[in-house]
Amino acid sequence: MPAADRRRAYWKANLRLLAMLLAIWAGVSFGCGILFADALDKVRIGGFRLGFWFAQQGSIYVFVALIFVYVRLATRLDRKFGVEEEDEDDGPAGKDEEAV
Amino acid sequence: MGVEGWTTLLVAVTFALYIVVAVISRARTTGEFYVAEGRVNPVLNGMATAADWMSAASFISMAGLIAFMGRDGGVFLMGWTGGFVLLALLVAPYLRKFGKFTVPDFVGDRYASRVARLVAVVCALFVSFTYVVGQMRGVGIVFSRFLGVEVDLGVVIGMAVVFFYAVLGGMKGITYTQAAQYCVLIFAYLVPAIFISILMTGNPVPQAGFGSELSDGSGWLLERLDGLHRELGFAAYTEGHKSTLDVLFITAALMVGTAGLPHVIVRFFTVRKVAAARSSAGWALLFIALLYTTAPAVAAFARTNLLQTVRDKPYAEVPEWFSKWEAAGLITFADHNGDGRIQYLGPAAAGENELVIDKDIMVLANPEIAQLPDWVVALVAAGGLAAALSTAAGLLLVISTSIAHDLLKRELRPQISACGELLAARVFAGFAVLIAGYFGIHQPGYVAEVVALAFGLAASSFFPVILLGIFWKRANKYGAIAGMVAGLVFTVGYIGWFKFLHPELNSAEHWWLGVSPEGIGTLGMLLNFTLAVGVSLATPPPSAAIQQLVEEIRVPRRIG
Repeated sequence: MPAADRRRAYWKANLRLLAMLLAIWAGVSFGCGILFADALDKVRIGGFRLGFWFAQQGSIYVFVALIFVYVRLATRLDRKFGVEEEDEDDGPAGKDEEAV
Repeated sequence: MGVEGWTTLLVAVTFALYIVVAVISRARTTGEFYVAEGRVNPVLNGMATAADWMSAASFISMAGLIAFMGRDGGVFLMGWTGGFVLLALLVAPYLRKFGKFTVPDFVGDRYASRVARLVAVVCALFVSFTYVVGQMRGVGIVFSRFLGVEVDLGVVIGMAVVFFYAVLGGMKGITYTQAAQYCVLIFAYLVPAIFISILMTGNPVPQAGFGSELSDGSGWLLERLDGLHRELGFAAYTEGHKSTLDVLFITAALMVGTAGLPHVIVRFFTVRKVAAARSSAGWALLFIALLYTTAPAVAAFARTNLLQTVRDKPYAEVPEWFSKWEAAGLITFADHNGDGRIQYLGPAAAGENELVIDKDIMVLANPEIAQLPDWVVALVAAGGLAAALSTAAGLLLVISTSIAHDLLKRELRPQISACGELLAARVFAGFAVLIAGYFGIHQPGYVAEVVALAFGLAASSFFPVILLGIFWKRANKYGAIAGMVAGLVFTVGYIGWFKFLHPELNSAEHWWLGVSPEGIGTLGMLLNFTLAVGVSLATPPPSAAIQQLVEEIRVPRRIG
């Protein structure tokens, strides 16, 4: 695949991944924690009403999991398209710096 | 050894620790000063980011706010953690690939515009200054309440410590110090929470504890709490009471504001690779979640404990902590009906309430209310200081970088040597400490309002411009400037109108579309997006070189 096509394909796959993860992100927080919280409150898990639990606990757990899932899937994507960083990429952070 | 002895000891030991860490890891180059040379381990960076992000407000005030808001308190929990998902997915990896020092660097280079850079610098300075003032005040308050020192002297001590390690250590120094501060603050938060959870429910995990049954056999804790609320005329704790639209807008504003805060974004410039920037955001959120999932448990425990303790109790029989915080002016009791008992009643029992409780007490007095040992009470003071100092240091660094790098090096005197720039950065960090300390002592009365403004500003100015800069090649400088200025003016105007000019009108029936000033940043952000897209489409596309730059930051490694 020519470089430009490969880059475009990589970006497209990346956008698809982001869209999927952000849909879950919005679903648990805006959905379960806010919009549907009253409906979910009718369900109980132990001492929690489910909508309350999503607003104060569940959404946070899902957020943490989402980022780590993203790290895995993004790394896999990088490898698939051959754009992962080399291990010994020793370049300094800023290009315009010098030792003092 | 009493509470004061323990507090003095713990504060002294932790301060000594921060200074030793800062001296060992101090910065020697501009790269080290601004971004720790871009070589920080992602887990360590996650820890530092967590401490950087969690301020005195998270540590001291949040659980108290939730205790008084019930389920609606979820706006803070979801808003302030959900923003990290946006950071990890949409911002951090690409800005890391871009690989400069600051957010204005990115805005200025991506849009090839000095005006855009200047607007970004002004936003960064404004957001950071409002924040740092509140932190300094927090330091002063912890000192005064726990050690009996004057608030002002407390602020000066805090200034001296931050001055020492932020000015000397730069980003490299504060990264390691913040990691140490994270350990102190999370330990200080979890220990009392675990103690109380065991006392009340027998469950050592607070996150599960507040969904358990009370050990005194009176049923589920949250049901008992709802019952107490109904009995006393408060709305049920586990139900929502704000309008759904407003809750949506506030949550979104806090999320997007988090993803646009310069002192948080800059932390992702400190790791080596794009992959590390991604995982570092995950670690940061994991470390933050440890506190953020504990806070609602603390809130529910504290609220239940408080209501059970004071409900209809004869005033003469109140426990010691009650009198102590009454003396500090954070609890006020007025015996309206003269029966010598405390009637603590909700809004449903019009005007008969006799007790006013400051929300901040919920965390600060919680260990005392639960009668925990002195050293646990002292821990809370050390933790609050760690939270305030770590955030203050991160903010001061953004301020000094914005002036020394974005203004001096990139705009006013590009020929300045690296040595000169490093010296300037240190001098400005020093100045920033002094100004922050000044406002910490001579505090304008509206810091809480200004913090809402800081989030609204970050949401309505930075986030859309950064996002479009990465995800839409067609976005140009005209769109970016129009968007930033409009978002900024709209948000400042709305918050200013209701918070400073006409605070008497600040209620739901006067709000535009029913959106509170706390949530208006979301509308400002939408306005910014709309204008940025519209104006960009009506003006010429950015140059081929810029489009190439965007192509490059999208991919971790160069192709072809």
